[in-house]
Amino acid sequence: MPVARTAPATPPLARRRSGRFVAGVAGGVADHLGVNVLWVRTAFVVLAAINWAGVLAYGLLWIFVRQEKVDVVRAPGRAERQQALGLAALGIGAGLAAAALGNSVIGPLGVAAVGAAVVWREADESQRRRWTSSARSGVTGAAAGGRSTVLRVLAGAVFVAVGIGVFLIANLQLGQVQFALLAVLATLLGVAVLTVPWWVRLMRDLGEERRERIVEAERAEIAAHLHDSVLQTLALIQRQPDQPREVLRLARGQERELRHWLYGPTGYGRSGSASGAPALDAGLADAITAAAAEVEDTYSLDVRPVVVGDRPLDDGLRALVLAAREAMVNAAKHAQVGEISVYVEVEPGEVHVFVRDRGVGFDPDAVPEDRHGLVDSVQGRVTRHGGAVRLRSTPGTGTEVHLSMPVDAPAAEPLGPESRTQKEATR
Amino acid sequence: MTVPADAEPIRVFLVDDHGLFRSGVRAELDRAVPDVTVVGEAGSVGEAVAAIRHLRPDVVLLDVHMPDGGGAEVLRQLRPELPEVVFLALSVSDAAEDVISVIRAGARGYVTKTISGRELADAVRRVRAGDAVFSPRLAGFVLDVFSDRPGAAPPGDPELDLLTRRERDVLRLLARGYAYKEIAGELFISVKTVETHVSSVLRKTQLSNRYELSRWASDRRLV
Repeated sequence: MPVARTAPATPPLARRRSGRFVAGVAGGVADHLGVNVLWVRTAFVVLAAINWAGVLAYGLLWIFVRQEKVDVVRAPGRAERQQALGLAALGIGAGLAAAALGNSVIGPLGVAAVGAAVVWREADESQRRRWTSSARSGVTGAAAGGRSTVLRVLAGAVFVAVGIGVFLIANLQLGQVQFALLAVLATLLGVAVLTVPWWVRLMRDLGEERRERIVEAERAEIAAHLHDSVLQTLALIQRQPDQPREVLRLARGQERELRHWLYGPTGYGRSGSASGAPALDAGLADAITAAAAEVEDTYSLDVRPVVVGDRPLDDGLRALVLAAREAMVNAAKHAQVGEISVYVEVEPGEVHVFVRDRGVGFDPDAVPEDRHGLVDSVQGRVTRHGGAVRLRSTPGTGTEVHLSMPVDAPAAEPLGPESRTQKEATR
Repeated sequence: MTVPADAEPIRVFLVDDHGLFRSGVRAELDRAVPDVTVVGEAGSVGEAVAAIRHLRPDVVLLDVHMPDGGGAEVLRQLRPELPEVVFLALSVSDAAEDVISVIRAGARGYVTKTISGRELADAVRRVRAGDAVFSPRLAGFVLDVFSDRPGAAPPGDPELDLLTRRERDVLRLLARGYAYKEIAGELFISVKTVETHVSSVLRKTQLSNRYELSRWASDRRLV
């Protein structure tokens, strides 16, 4: 079932293929500008009266604007058909009249222009046939035309030749040699004019081929990446279906890696650096995500960090990340849960990290003195750099560790080596 | 607006182009949750639009990524016509533009596909009752978009472009993995008030013209 997509505000400029009278230029322009086609045609006629400007514009648009690719069915009524033909005749008449008032150069060139128009129109037709037939058969159908096509192309060529010839004879008195030279030039010119559509098509085909090659290269790169990562993991999973823990670990690790590749370290798709593994010391978001991944892998549970904002790592933040990692490890070891929530928020003057689980919880006052996992590795690390640790835990509902670390405003500093070396220099 | 427990089951429609995933969700919801029934499913935008028009389900679970336009396309075609049908986006994608695009197109919430059957049923009940559902990650996105980082454009319409302090607090707790009830307890407000705040944030996310939101939206031709 075809989907009725909402069209963009202005459709791209393309010549109409159905409901056209000469080349579909006026219709295409009308579609593009969203005005009635009658106005566009009238404008071309008026311009045609001014030194053939309208005809020239029409011809140039014909050459450089491509036909629309899809057949849109338009059924112009009889009135519109007559109107359009009348306007076309009027345009040529107006051009000729204006030319007659000036000099008479335009007359024979007008004949040549009509001839060229006939030939180009045939080229449009054959292009259209090529598209429709390539959809069906692929190779054949490029040259298929029939007798009427040949006749029309020949007639057009004759028109062009006669036009140019009359123009030359009428306007120049020349010697034999000069005449021969000019005849050769005129022939070349005529051939050039007649073959314009084929040149244009050749150029476009080349461009299209290049574009296709680029797309193909991109596809190959994606395929290679998927092969290295996803397919390998799937193969590994199939080989050990009886070890659910290992399968889970593989699936999680693979999901994380693919996500990182697709959307970047925070999953926001904003950083754009989707190539390869996260760089060491890249930034807070990267570091937290890496730490979460490590805990996820080691302890076979879900750690889903949500990071709001980012900033380059300094010593304090590195300590903060390590402490957060330790808090995650603690939760993974003791809380007996399958999921840990990690939330990081970068504020202008402070960075907050919350590590939360919905596990068994404990009474913070009842922790024996000799078990100093949390006290030493978390509290010690953070307070040494001026940060703070708040711990909240209730038996039965879970634990939340809140780490905070003061940082220098402003937070929106670009990630760069300077900021880090400065920090180290002042140490 | 709350639905009593013994009322008719909530009629849910599934839209996802992966048949395997559809049958998984269907089995989970049918087995574990008595008050939610799956009345139909579709694997493409066209099928979904036709079937939803015909069936008029209460809630539509909508995949974000589908070959012929995705969840946003379904929403665009059906929202004006069926305002009483509620849409809940369900996706593996965590990319901001995907999430924001379905929310802007009118979904009442967003959950990730790794959600458990029980949590999914909760989310369905919640959107059915008129509330919004934010995954922690969506809460994070929204906080990020509305944050006043240095250099951010000044708000055009303060009513829509700024979050109140309370809304910010609620979003932060959502991002920290708190349930509505826990948020209510933490902030000393009622669950109803939490729901009101979240709905208000959803409205702002759908209507605000903050730079990033409108950029994401215009990328997807939503506005």
